[in-house]
Amino acid sequence: MTTMADPNQDAGARARFAAELGHQSRGRAIRNEVARIVMWAAFLIALIPLAWILWTVLSRGIALLLEPTWWTNSQRGITSRLTGGGAAHAIQGTLLMAVATALMAVPIGVMTAIYLVEYGRGKLARAVSFMVDILTGIPSIVAALFIYAVWVTTFGFQRVAFGVCLALVLLMIPVVVRSTEEMLKLVPNELREASYALGVPKWKTIARIVLPTAFSGIITGILLGLARIMGETAPLLILGPYTANIATNLFGGFMGTLPTMINTNRVESLQPAIDRTWASALTLILLILLLNLAGRLIGHFGKLKT
Amino acid sequence: MPSITGVSARDDLPDPDGGGSLQGDSASATGRGRLGDRLFCGAARGAGVLVIALVTLIAVFLLSQALPALAKNGANFLTSTEWTVSGDNPRFGIANLLWVTIASSVIAMTIAVPVGVGVALFVTQYCPAWLSKPAAALIDLLAAVPSIVYGIWGAFVFGPHIVGLQTVLNKLLGWLPFFDNDTGSVGSSGTIFFVGIVLSIMVLPIVTALSREVFDQTPITHKEGALALGATKWEMIRTSVLPFGKPGVISASMLGLGRALGETVAVLIILSSLAADTKWSWSVFNGGETFASKIANNAAEFDSAQQTGAFIAAGLVLFILTFIVNAIARVVIERRKVFSE
Repeated sequence: MTTMADPNQDAGARARFAAELGHQSRGRAIRNEVARIVMWAAFLIALIPLAWILWTVLSRGIALLLEPTWWTNSQRGITSRLTGGGAAHAIQGTLLMAVATALMAVPIGVMTAIYLVEYGRGKLARAVSFMVDILTGIPSIVAALFIYAVWVTTFGFQRVAFGVCLALVLLMIPVVVRSTEEMLKLVPNELREASYALGVPKWKTIARIVLPTAFSGIITGILLGLARIMGETAPLLILGPYTANIATNLFGGFMGTLPTMINTNRVESLQPAIDRTWASALTLILLILLLNLAGRLIGHFGKLKT
Repeated sequence: MPSITGVSARDDLPDPDGGGSLQGDSASATGRGRLGDRLFCGAARGAGVLVIALVTLIAVFLLSQALPALAKNGANFLTSTEWTVSGDNPRFGIANLLWVTIASSVIAMTIAVPVGVGVALFVTQYCPAWLSKPAAALIDLLAAVPSIVYGIWGAFVFGPHIVGLQTVLNKLLGWLPFFDNDTGSVGSSGTIFFVGIVLSIMVLPIVTALSREVFDQTPITHKEGALALGATKWEMIRTSVLPFGKPGVISASMLGLGRALGETVAVLIILSSLAADTKWSWSVFNGGETFASKIANNAAEFDSAQQTGAFIAAGLVLFILTFIVNAIARVVIERRKVFSE
């Protein structure tokens, strides 16, 4: 950008200059101006829903979040008629599923990225890369149906939280692969070559040199991936029935999560339940924003020094 | 070939297919030799193969469980609008689901693509330098809002405000079958039209993010060339930035379309489903169900293989749709890569 004169300041002057020479017709100047206004308008229009959504959720949900019981209690024994109770069971369920999902998706995703960047050549690598793209685009409901077809229909297991995790793994893998891939590509080749020159085997070079160098970027990718899957509701609807109690068993029984808590409360017409809908929506957004922010901060401060 | 096209430094980085500057270690790329190398390479390749296997398995499992139900189906799966999946004579077809899914996605894209491209142009070409990063981050925030929040916001907050616009559209364009009020639901917000609008907000960050990336890569020489020839800023954008970014925009739109086709919860919450014997209507001021919302709506009904199979068949069609759309996105952006090198 440095070589080009700042077009914003320049446009007016140039337009006048050209007009004096009689080269730039009025129509062109007007069209130029209209285009600029349209672009600004597009941006401002895009901001309206964002501000509106955030304001809605914040203003309707903040009251409950300020009560300490929101963070410590579950909804056990609390009907839609009653106020009180909290979202501890849902927050815990959401976090538990997220951790279980990450434990499965991260190794697969990182190894796939290593394969694509460090080893992959030819047809297989192209096929893997293509499939990662396809996986990126798979609707969460299809992932959930697939797991349902395997977990429930084929193996005859119950609908449990772990099934949800399996579906979420499918959604998280492509995010981890793509971000890790980007980071691995940023690791300078000189580092690898220096390591080879010292006689270090390739696998050790990757494990000890390449991965640590790209570490913060990989963490960023994982956090962004988690942020994406935490808000997913479709797999929960198919595979993870809601309960208002605290649950810690991923392999048996029901488990409450924030999305299903929203989904359960939204159909109620009584004020306490409506309040809880917005409060759990705000909690979920805060959780996701926190992960996004953490990811971006780590990515920003841990940036590769090349 | 940065010297010819003036492509930015980004293009010098090795690409995922292993071209570019990683060629240096091709000697050890096969991973033969030491045990550690063999194991590690095997694990990496294994993970890659697993990804391929997963996508293949999705197709295989969906197909294998959909086929028995499809075989028993008494109606034409593609053209029927019926949906009776229990009992001895199941009759189900996807015509309605397909129409609602595609109509809502098309509405979403007609709004999201122009606005998204406008925002991308704003961020990369128009806005002051200090605003560029925060502006991009703000738009990305839209992607961080979970879809269920879009759903409840759309249904309870935004919805009531859309009825006025629907009434106006119906008055002005009511002679078109798409804007007809033959179902009498123009006064409700549970319409395909409104779902399309909410979907457009949801896919906007996707369209913007990728478009922004390609616009940013427009060779500076192209832009300066246009300006040097006396082009106004808009003419410069039209003649250099837009043509350069076109494959990226198409690709971005396809990814956005994929998301819109498969969106579940927001659609489920907003769209009011129709009674089983409702007359067919082309109107977008009508309720209905998309593939995804139909499946999610009936998750509790998955109690026999036949019923589940019918819904899995619907899921399979959705999978194929998104597969095609995403494959197109991928192919288009690949061709751009080849072209720009």
